Amino acid sequence: MTAQILYAFFTVLLGVGGCFGYFYGSNWLLDRTFPANANNDASAVRNLRIQANIRPWLFLGPALLLLSVYLIFPVIQTVYLSFHDRAGDKYVGLANYKWAFYDDQFRLSIFNNILWLAVVPALCTLMGLIIAVLTDRLWWGNLAKSLIFMPLAISFVGASVIWKFVYDYRGEGQQQIGILNAIVTYFGGDPQVWIALPFWNNFFLMAILVWIQTGFATVILAAALRGIPEDTLEAATIDGAGPFKIFFRIMVPQIYGTILVVWTTITVLVLKIFDIVLTMTNSQWDTSVLANLMFDWMFRGGGDFGRGAAIAIVIMVAVLPIMIWNIRQANAEQKGH
Amino acid sequence: MANIKLTNINKSYGSHHIIKDVSLDIKSGEFIVFVGPSGCGKSTLLRSISGLDQVSSGTMEIDNAVVNDVPPSKRGIAMVFQSYALYPHMSVFENIGFALENQGLPRAEIKKKVEAVGEMLQLTTYLTRLPKALSGGQRQRVAIGRAIVRGAKVFLFDEPLSNLDAALRVQMRMEIAKLKRDLPNTTMVYVTHDQVEAMTMADRIVVLQAGRVMQVGTPMELYENPNSVFVAGFIGSPKMNFITGKPADKLKAKTIGVRPEHFEFSKTATDISGTLDYTEVLGSDSFLYVSTPTGMLTVREPGRTQYKTGQKLHLKPIAEHVHRFGPDDNRL
Repeated sequence: MTAQILYAFFTVLLGVGGCFGYFYGSNWLLDRTFPANANNDASAVRNLRIQANIRPWLFLGPALLLLSVYLIFPVIQTVYLSFHDRAGDKYVGLANYKWAFYDDQFRLSIFNNILWLAVVPALCTLMGLIIAVLTDRLWWGNLAKSLIFMPLAISFVGASVIWKFVYDYRGEGQQQIGILNAIVTYFGGDPQVWIALPFWNNFFLMAILVWIQTGFATVILAAALRGIPEDTLEAATIDGAGPFKIFFRIMVPQIYGTILVVWTTITVLVLKIFDIVLTMTNSQWDTSVLANLMFDWMFRGGGDFGRGAAIAIVIMVAVLPIMIWNIRQANAEQKGH
Repeated sequence: MANIKLTNINKSYGSHHIIKDVSLDIKSGEFIVFVGPSGCGKSTLLRSISGLDQVSSGTMEIDNAVVNDVPPSKRGIAMVFQSYALYPHMSVFENIGFALENQGLPRAEIKKKVEAVGEMLQLTTYLTRLPKALSGGQRQRVAIGRAIVRGAKVFLFDEPLSNLDAALRVQMRMEIAKLKRDLPNTTMVYVTHDQVEAMTMADRIVVLQAGRVMQVGTPMELYENPNSVFVAGFIGSPKMNFITGKPADKLKAKTIGVRPEHFEFSKTATDISGTLDYTEVLGSDSFLYVSTPTGMLTVREPGRTQYKTGQKLHLKPIAEHVHRFGPDDNRL
């Protein structure tokens, strides 16, 4: 125990000290190699220019290097694997992608992913917007927002464990402890095995992500709503617009950019959805999504690096354009303010 | 045509009593300016007329109908905001036409009306632009256009020129004055903290302080016969000089007020003697700042001045232009 703490302490010391040493040392070396107080003015100016050109790369260098090793290299390796057989030795061309195209499980996963994409971002953004508007004028609005925001602090696995109790089903003759079944039986219905109902069970899993992400949407959109100039709303009131017209014609267009950023941020998250499905159903009862399918082929029973890698590439290609658009939009938003 | 009548209007936010028992009769077609220092309640009063703020007590009448519980859009008013309050995502055309759209007018009619207003305000070439592509003065015109297009009986202006630079402000001042001339039947209520705007534009000025009406009158009435030290000091630039002590005692007043242009120079010593501290020569006039035992006094002289800094000056107020105020700061 003590040894571990000491190790941690020295690691931190070494890491921070190393960083400091690197930046200080490389900067010092640069200053020495191209001195600004050179003999004549012309070479001093030239040296300063060279310094300014080199310094950013010196400081960015370590970060770029780490990024390459841990991000760029794996991508290249995954692309490489996706064109090779299950052990990664023999080149098989597009065979893995062709397999995926005709595979029922892959098609089901794509279909489920599209379902998630259609439902979760829209529902989170819509509910976030409604909650943000409703809580804006209430004195206890901030408390409500904090409560709605809280699930964001819970890990997906943790949230899934909580929701497992919500959907819990006990066999006949036993007391139902899941709240959903409790409600159903209270109204005279029959208890259901919710997470094993094909097709509908997807939506029960989505509810978990909506529960987690609505808080995020609420907080971001509430801030955007606060940024709308009050007098444009007053002018609209005088212009004779009703509350719905003010909401849709005056408020929403003014925070349109923020709505899109929230929407696409959640979309990217949904494309990568994995933990909830793994924890809740482990891809059973037709709930598999791409990330889980990849995991199964790569590391579990499948044991096929080629197929797993091909699925990973499909996910990446799907996420990339949304990601790029999202970053651009967020930058444009920041410039606007 | 619409008159506005305020009777015993009070407005409180929590424990803050903003508007205190204001009664006011604004005639149809009048250009009324509310003026006062910041925080005097002039904007709140305007917002109460607009209906954006509810009054706490009293009756508000527009066109002889009590409007206390009438929503802003049904009061027949239009408002021009200090920040223009243009809808940033709508073109100039849509900004001006939004109110008509809300009234459910057919497209063709909206187009006709908006284009007519655009022409009147020289906005024709800008109708498809977004507000952010307009200059300050053009934005102001769009805001005014939004008011005109509705054919409102009452226009409310909330410090409409304070975001413009000095030159543009003078120009827009003239444009609003011209607008008033073109719409003689429209009642206009204009809020400003700038007494020059009040003096130049108003038919009548309402001077407010700490939520109370201090005086109502035409610009010249207020200038020539201010009924309190506050109004006397607020209207007119440079400020009226206030003198206490012996010169005031002699006239049986607590304070006497003398405008900078109402001093004469005397060869011999007077009650009000001092040394010339500083001069501002503007060409048309010169302002002399004279330090006297009763404080710093401002004297206006037409054209250039012959006096030098440091020189001893003997001042004599012109008797007929001296304002006398009692211990309660009211006119005697």
